[in-house]
Amino acid sequence: MIEAVGLTKRYGAKTAVHNLSFQVRPGAVTGFLGPNGSGKSTTMRMILGLDEPTSGRVTIGGHPFRNLPNAPRQVGALLDAKAVHGGRSAYNHLLSLAQLGGIPARRVDEVLGVVGLQGVAKRRSKGFSLGMGQRLGIAAALLGDPQVLLFDEPVNGLDPEGILWVRNLMKQLAAEGRTVFVSSHLMSEMALTADHLIVIGRGQLMADMSVKDFISANSADFARVRTPETEPASREKLTAALVEAGGQVLSEPDGGLRVTGLPLPRISDVAHGADVRLWELSPHQASLEEAYMRMTQGAVDYRSTADQLAALAPPPPGPGYGHPGAPAPQGWAPPEGNPYPVLPGEQPNPYAQAPAAAPQPPQAAHPAAPQPPAGPPPAAPAPQPAPAPAPAPAPADLTKRDSEDAR
Amino acid sequence: MAVVGQVLQSEWTKIKSVRSTVWTLGLALVVTVALGALISAFSRSNFDRMPVREQVNFDPTFTSFAGMGLGQLAMIVFGVLVVSNEYSTGMIRTSLAAVPQRGTFLFSKITIATLIAFVVAMLTSFVSFFVGQSMLGSHRTSIGDAGVLRAVIGGGLYMTLIAVFSMGVAAMLRSPMLSLGILMPFFFIISSILGAVEATKKVGQYLPDQAGHKVMQVVTIGDDAPYGPWGGFTIMVLWVAAALVGGYVVLKRRDA
Repeated sequence: MIEAVGLTKRYGAKTAVHNLSFQVRPGAVTGFLGPNGSGKSTTMRMILGLDEPTSGRVTIGGHPFRNLPNAPRQVGALLDAKAVHGGRSAYNHLLSLAQLGGIPARRVDEVLGVVGLQGVAKRRSKGFSLGMGQRLGIAAALLGDPQVLLFDEPVNGLDPEGILWVRNLMKQLAAEGRTVFVSSHLMSEMALTADHLIVIGRGQLMADMSVKDFISANSADFARVRTPETEPASREKLTAALVEAGGQVLSEPDGGLRVTGLPLPRISDVAHGADVRLWELSPHQASLEEAYMRMTQGAVDYRSTADQLAALAPPPPGPGYGHPGAPAPQGWAPPEGNPYPVLPGEQPNPYAQAPAAAPQPPQAAHPAAPQPPAGPPPAAPAPQPAPAPAPAPAPADLTKRDSEDAR
Repeated sequence: MAVVGQVLQSEWTKIKSVRSTVWTLGLALVVTVALGALISAFSRSNFDRMPVREQVNFDPTFTSFAGMGLGQLAMIVFGVLVVSNEYSTGMIRTSLAAVPQRGTFLFSKITIATLIAFVVAMLTSFVSFFVGQSMLGSHRTSIGDAGVLRAVIGGGLYMTLIAVFSMGVAAMLRSPMLSLGILMPFFFIISSILGAVEATKKVGQYLPDQAGHKVMQVVTIGDDAPYGPWGGFTIMVLWVAAALVGGYVVLKRRDA
């Protein structure tokens, strides 16, 4: 258990960490998120007693780190994969650390095996790649078989196989009842690894909750609605009706509508009432990435749903939101709901697959892409909230959402 | 305390598993002995041409230590590297995360490095002495003569303390480049200039290396230093202690 109370660190006039209070509990992987320069590493260093807090305190198992008896047997940390003397072999590096902690030398061979570096153990670490350095750092953290583990950006520089390995290692360590605290800026990775999230921005706590709560609390779930392209007027008509019913409507560049503030059945009813046929009515849940970006983007009013969506909307090629009347030029363009172009690239399959325990996504409202009905779906009395998902939703989008739901 | 033993063991592993520390110590020995032998041989062949005053003052023991002026630079490098390697690689965070008791860590580290430096320095001093004396031929002195054994042991202690002083300075400055950039010119050039110039001579006498030289000398005719061999040695020890206290305070106070 790591506990921070009112943790504050100032460097001269600059406040790196401001009044941070949180708990990291055993038996779970706790992700520590924040943009670059948000104070993650400073917080980690304070936890390890390397930096003295300006005010506040942080304890491990009730003790300040510097008072911990036999610290290396209780806390293991990976702070910087490059913090190794390049002229020393991996084995000797670990041996010196083992001796420092009063750990038997044969443990060095064990951890070298765990991280898969036996083959290069006698080589000088100067020639190690970043990924090998990360493995060496993880080996050092595991040396003392500690109950509390801290990892600062452990997957930096690792290949997909290594990332998968780290992810499973973290989960396994947590499953053994240890406290695992992992910082990262890779949202997609945290979505798959962490159970709990602590998010900081500009040195201040922005969220401390489970991954699932984080997503639902900070993201606007929305409905995608599409009207027949052959009838541009129906789009305006539906928009007006939805706004009148209390919803917020944004137009998407491909001609679809993003509706928030109304449940799906209500949208369907409104459409029916307005005599508008629907080609698509589907629920969407923002990804962790979106939720995180939303949270850290605007430091002030990151909870404001409508505004945030505005900020998130990709630069519209033609009509901005609020002008839903314009007909969509592209026809059935794939409704890429994700406004972050980085994300698809960051989500190769090895990331998105293999969620450890993957129960079926709870959203029954989201059937896995059934046959798209060729004709216009019955928009009228549909009590089911998911009449007809668009044929186009990218499969990657689905797997991603599924894997997040599994959390 | 168990922790002390752990740090000593760990530091021993660190020192012997890195080539640079092994090299610098080896270099200190070779340079000191070789240069001492060369200058001793040169002194013998030129002895008859030396002015009488120099002949009277001739100190065979100190002559055989002539290589220490250069050899001590290698000891400085050793002392600086042992400490500042931790900072330049970032290992210091891992080390302090393992041993949060910073004073224990620093002084255990310095202890083991000092012991190693001591062994090498003593070896250097004795080998320099005997090789130098064999080069001096008829102008040699014997280890049994008055003050000679003290001077030879003093030479080993001097080399050791130079290394320890460098460790203290490196602990204060942290950067290897900065530490070497200050220590090397200081001991190689500035100290001797201060000692040679009449106006600053009195100050120069109290610098660590000049005060420390005293214990290595046997013949001290015409020396106006206001302290004896062990008095000078004590001055040097005080310098070293000050550097270590400074290093400790910095490590204790500052974030790693």
